[in-house]
Amino acid sequence: MPGKLKAKIVAGRHLPVMDRASDLTDAFVEVKFGNTTFKTDVYPKSLNPQWNSEWFKFEVDDEDLQDEPLQITVLDHDTYSANDAIGKVYIDIDPLLCSEAATVISGWLPIYDTIHGIRGEINVLVKVDLFNDLNRFRQSSCGVKFFCTTSIPRCYRAVMVHGFVEELVVNEDPEYQWIDRIRTPRASNEARQRLIFLMSGELQRKIGLKVLEMGGNAVVGYLQCFDLEGETGLVVRAIGTACTLEKISTLPATATHPSNSSPSKDMKEPGFGEEAPGVPLSSGPPTPLRAQTFSSFSPSKSYSRQSSSSDTELSLTPKTGMGSGGSAGKEAGPLKALLRQQTQSALEQREYPFFTLTAFPPGFLLHVGGVVSARSVKLLDRIHNPDEPETRDAWWEEIRQEIKSHAKALGCHAVVGYSESTSICEEVCILSASGTAAILSSRFMQDGSLDTEHRFEEVVPPGCGFCHIPYDELNIPFPAQLTYCYCCRRYKVPDVLFTTIDLPTEANVTGKGCLIQARLCRTKKKAQGEGNATAISNLLPFLEYELHTQLMNKLKLRGMNALFGLRIQISVGETMLLGLASATGVYLTALPSPGGIQVAGKTPSDITYEQHISNMQKKINDTISKNKELHEINPPEVVEEIIGSPIPEPRQRSRLFRSHSESSDEVSELDLSHGKKDAFVLEIDDTDAVEDIHALLTDSPTPAGFYSCNTEIMPGIQNWTSAIQMFTSVRVFRLNANLTNQGLNKIFSDLCENLLKSLYFKLRSMVPCCLCHLNFTVAIPEDELIQVAVTAVAMSFDKEQSLENGKQSGEKTLIKAITENDEQLQFNLELNAETSSPNPLSSPKGLSEVGSHPSARAPSVDYSSFADRCSSWIEQLKLKAHTIRRGSVKTTSSLEKASPLPEGRSRSLRSNRSYSGSSVAVVKMTPLSFIPGAKIIKYLGIINMFFIRETTSLREEGGVSGFLHTFIAEVFAMVRAHVAALGGNAVVSYSMKECVFMENPNKNQAQCLINVSGDAVIFIQESELESTSVQTQSATTHTSNGGEGT
Amino acid sequence: MSMELDVFVGNTTVLDEDVYQLWLDGQTVTDAVRIRIEAGALQECEANAEVLLSDTMDQFRTFQMCERLLQSPSKVANQLLFQIPPHRQTMLIERYYEFDSMFAREVLGKKLSKGTKKDLDDIGSKTGIVLKSCRRQFDNFKRVFKVVEELKGPLVENIQRHFLLSDVLARDYAAIVFFANSRFETGKRKLQYLSFQDFAFCAGQLISYWTVGAVDNVVENMDVDLEKEFLHDLKDLKVLVNDKDMLDQHKSLVCAQLRGKIKVFSEMEASFKNLSRALVNIASKLTHTKDVRDLFIDLVEKFIEPCRSDKWTIGDLRLFLTHYSSSVHTLEAFRRQVIWDRYMGVIKSCILKMYHD
Repeated sequence: MPGKLKAKIVAGRHLPVMDRASDLTDAFVEVKFGNTTFKTDVYPKSLNPQWNSEWFKFEVDDEDLQDEPLQITVLDHDTYSANDAIGKVYIDIDPLLCSEAATVISGWLPIYDTIHGIRGEINVLVKVDLFNDLNRFRQSSCGVKFFCTTSIPRCYRAVMVHGFVEELVVNEDPEYQWIDRIRTPRASNEARQRLIFLMSGELQRKIGLKVLEMGGNAVVGYLQCFDLEGETGLVVRAIGTACTLEKISTLPATATHPSNSSPSKDMKEPGFGEEAPGVPLSSGPPTPLRAQTFSSFSPSKSYSRQSSSSDTELSLTPKTGMGSGGSAGKEAGPLKALLRQQTQSALEQREYPFFTLTAFPPGFLLHVGGVVSARSVKLLDRIHNPDEPETRDAWWEEIRQEIKSHAKALGCHAVVGYSESTSICEEVCILSASGTAAILSSRFMQDGSLDTEHRFEEVVPPGCGFCHIPYDELNIPFPAQLTYCYCCRRYKVPDVLFTTIDLPTEANVTGKGCLIQARLCRTKKKAQGEGNATAISNLLPFLEYELHTQLMNKLKLRGMNALFGLRIQISVGETMLLGLASATGVYLTALPSPGGIQVAGKTPSDITYEQHISNMQKKINDTISKNKELHEINPPEVVEEIIGSPIPEPRQRSRLFRSHSESSDEVSELDLSHGKKDAFVLEIDDTDAVEDIHALLTDSPTPAGFYSCNTEIMPGIQNWTSAIQMFTSVRVFRLNANLTNQGLNKIFSDLCENLLKSLYFKLRSMVPCCLCHLNFTVAIPEDELIQVAVTAVAMSFDKEQSLENGKQSGEKTLIKAITENDEQLQFNLELNAETSSPNPLSSPKGLSEVGSHPSARAPSVDYSSFADRCSSWIEQLKLKAHTIRRGSVKTTSSLEKASPLPEGRSRSLRSNRSYSGSSVAVVKMTPLSFIPGAKIIKYLGIINMFFIRETTSLREEGGVSGFLHTFIAEVFAMVRAHVAALGGNAVVSYSMKECVFMENPNKNQAQCLINVSGDAVIFIQESELESTSVQTQSATTHTSNGGEGT
Repeated sequence: MSMELDVFVGNTTVLDEDVYQLWLDGQTVTDAVRIRIEAGALQECEANAEVLLSDTMDQFRTFQMCERLLQSPSKVANQLLFQIPPHRQTMLIERYYEFDSMFAREVLGKKLSKGTKKDLDDIGSKTGIVLKSCRRQFDNFKRVFKVVEELKGPLVENIQRHFLLSDVLARDYAAIVFFANSRFETGKRKLQYLSFQDFAFCAGQLISYWTVGAVDNVVENMDVDLEKEFLHDLKDLKVLVNDKDMLDQHKSLVCAQLRGKIKVFSEMEASFKNLSRALVNIASKLTHTKDVRDLFIDLVEKFIEPCRSDKWTIGDLRLFLTHYSSSVHTLEAFRRQVIWDRYMGVIKSCILKMYHD
């Protein structure tokens, strides 16, 4: 019995009127955990009851603590008839089980009813006393931290990345149980919500156990999904990356300003070689405090791995910097190969060398091969034993094996940016997995560190190293045109690169990036069972091929040569298949400049026809040059030197490795190369090509002042203000029957384009701004309906920065890299080289501009100011801690910063503070892993919520739009309230993973299921941190950043 | 083929102030889109009509969802559903409670009941205000009235506290509540030339000087009703016109003061007794509720119109009223100086406010 859960019901407010006669409510509360239930007294005749109950204590196993939610039900007492339920609150107590996360849940939480929505709020206090788990039974995995963030969380350092963890649990869907015929919709919905809560808890616990077995203490990039299979069951599955994380003391004193840090040995953290020391934004003398950081850090639960890694830290010899290591050159070849073998063997020990991470600690990602994906069509009604997970496990295993073999074919031993998804229509289910084949450094994966070898790995230049081909150039798995890297000129690079990961922060990029989407609709005949599955299987390769061609063409049209964050979603309906590929296109400096697109006709005799073609060609050329201008792509002129390319003839290459399999388990490979045709010659005779060209040219550019991407950050934009606006937009479009493929394509493409246009218009007051992490999900909720849902964040930035050009901005990219990733990115040495040697003018210039130039971050540090800045920071922390202890974090300043609109950013706001006499703390939400202009100081735990909303009075609630609008607003409100109750002021890595909407307007009914997740955090505005020290250069920068909000 | 569903939800609620105004004005979505296009919204951000329609619908829906909260503004700050920065909350509330003075003028002094609500169509067609907007404004009046009607303490402060309105707006509401409570006659043809602001000013004067709360500033007192005792005491002013000596003396005092100073001296001299009688009679009748209601019509008919027909300028009138009021102090036989000043102070400022074309 290792835990005691305590809950106290304080008060309620804004309760609904339950007694029509008195216009009041006699409310009481039931608190349930597992099978134990407590009740408060009835608080008669009030809409704002003050129960102020005793502490209800539950003595439970930690296994139950992990699985079960605390269930709070608010009821209206009725003397003569049954008590009426007002609503429920489910509280996930998992964050309380980890000593590094939250300690108490306290605050106003919305009371939610699946039929009526939010009905008032309840104030609760929840605590957990965990008894010392000296003799742990490995049924529970308390203490394993979970992060949705797909990179190493901001205030942690990766000691070890263990690898892939997955789990899958199945249960009967309550909606399909016989009892559902006799129970009320409310009871059915609640049964479903509760079940999913339980299943997620169980899933998390099981994954936690696997992590502990591997010797890790955390799961990063945790991705949990639901498959509503229908009759066959409800599947909850999750994947993630097991890691051993170590908390970094967040004192800014640990900061080492890049240019200031001389490569002295004592300032380095041995465990990571030269890449280790954290380089947060704020500058300060690095050396003395570094040691303190270590001594003050005490992990709450120590695992054997951790201690061994600390041994490593001691044994490691710090080495020379990257800048000087550059000369090591090619002679490192054999050793490198040796190392690769070692890494490979380390990885091969793992069943699946997969990583759900999309961003990596520096030096971890060595080379990127390309996108690997696998799909398979399955029939759900063929599952022999639907209540057991075995069949699904086998399905996924099959797909993962395939991914693994694709990666191998690309000469890679690992898959990064890995994700899995499903699309279900009736009994057909498409399972998809995709990722990026890559070669990783062994340093985070093995116990014994390979100090000496490290040196040679570092040789890879940081800005282009990942572009260098991982496969053997004489034995290329597909036809490709290779050139020497345009950055280092030493290694081969491909001409285009597709990846599912985020753009590495250190990557050298020319100009800005932009969102690129390929959209496709294909009709299919209605069919049943096996025939249907076969039809879908046959369509899939064509769909993927066309999506790929579209992506490639659009990429060329924008004058870019690489895609990041590629996500291809294929959705299946009864009469059609939808494909949506989204990615962020960029121009990687290391890769060759993309050629144009040539239009060619098959019958060159006709003069009018020729004219038509040349017109078309002109249009395309104009678009390309316009796009280049728009995205500021003006790569330095390089003498073309394609050398040593084994295949001189340019061809269409595919980085997409794919296959599909039917339920018959037959795997068929598809050669996606165009054969002998020139890749970018579009033959106009081909109706598809006409369509393609049309599609190319109808994509309207983003309006002035806007940028968009589906990755975390946009290359070329750094100076974010603190104004952010997360949003979700959903559209459902009804189609006419009997549309052709072309017609469908156009509709679907217009739907996405118009949605984007609407978003730009809506957010126009934030200009200049970038829509980041634009995440599109498509679905076919029923025949003739297309649903598109988008979640993204709009972030404003300072214009001046965006006007910066050339070298300077390149330099800033690097500095930004450091500011972005705080402790994780350690580039002091490269940066040194960047700022001082190749660009000697920049530093003094920056110094002189300290006061005036907001974006300049010159390497000046005022040592005298260091001490008081540090102490003021500690005060800040104390203050923060104090507020948290009081139960509610009142972040007045961040409150003001929350407005996305220009008025919200005006300085005059401070005077408006008097209005904010409210108790509602502002909670920021973002799909990104960071908050601009702010520093995350604590992760409070994962937020994973599932809600069902149903209505039988659709018209009265404002139709489908009114219904869904309210529901999404309610979901946001509940997420914010739970985060605030944990003591947090933001959710990062937020995502809406499921939005299943069903309607029956004839019956005036609708139902919607939403699943959201993210990481609850506490952040502090950098301007707040620095507020007392104005001497340093960085401080001026921050005030100009954050000043927008204050 | 149609858009079945189209929603946009921001973590911070996105509010467009221009669209909010269109919504408050009771425009339909179609009209609002047309107005926005005319205002040049299409030039912004490369929008098209479709985008604008989607945005307008979405905004209207957001406002509709907020409306329930706006009806009890104190809830806006501690509700959880919409994350709205405080200054935007203030804007939402203030704008929601703002009203057209044309509309308020029509409703002023009427009973805020269902019966009046039925007449809103007429008011709408008369003022050109969309019926939906009339309803909102009327419901706002009624809501504020209901809440503060029974409350103790200063009226303006009560309104501010419960509805979080700006001082200016709260004062206007106080006027509306005050007029609705005392049911002053404002609808007569002869009063048509008076604007809402004229009446609101007068209401302010009455609230400040003639109510119970005006004299003794104890919190329990009510601001909504005129002080009964004071009204009763006004009867004593009759002596000023009933006592012939006093009336003559008063007249000569005023004439002595004004000779050569006003253009309409002879007219004043001729009508002094009538004017004085009118003002004193109005005062003495205020014990009857019916006569209280007729206060403004009486002032217009018995005082303002005679002056206007004699072509008094506003300056003349001000001088006259000042001296008319102050010279009473030198009437030794007159004992009710305090009551007189309290009465005349308000009457003087009201008349001056009402004296225009």
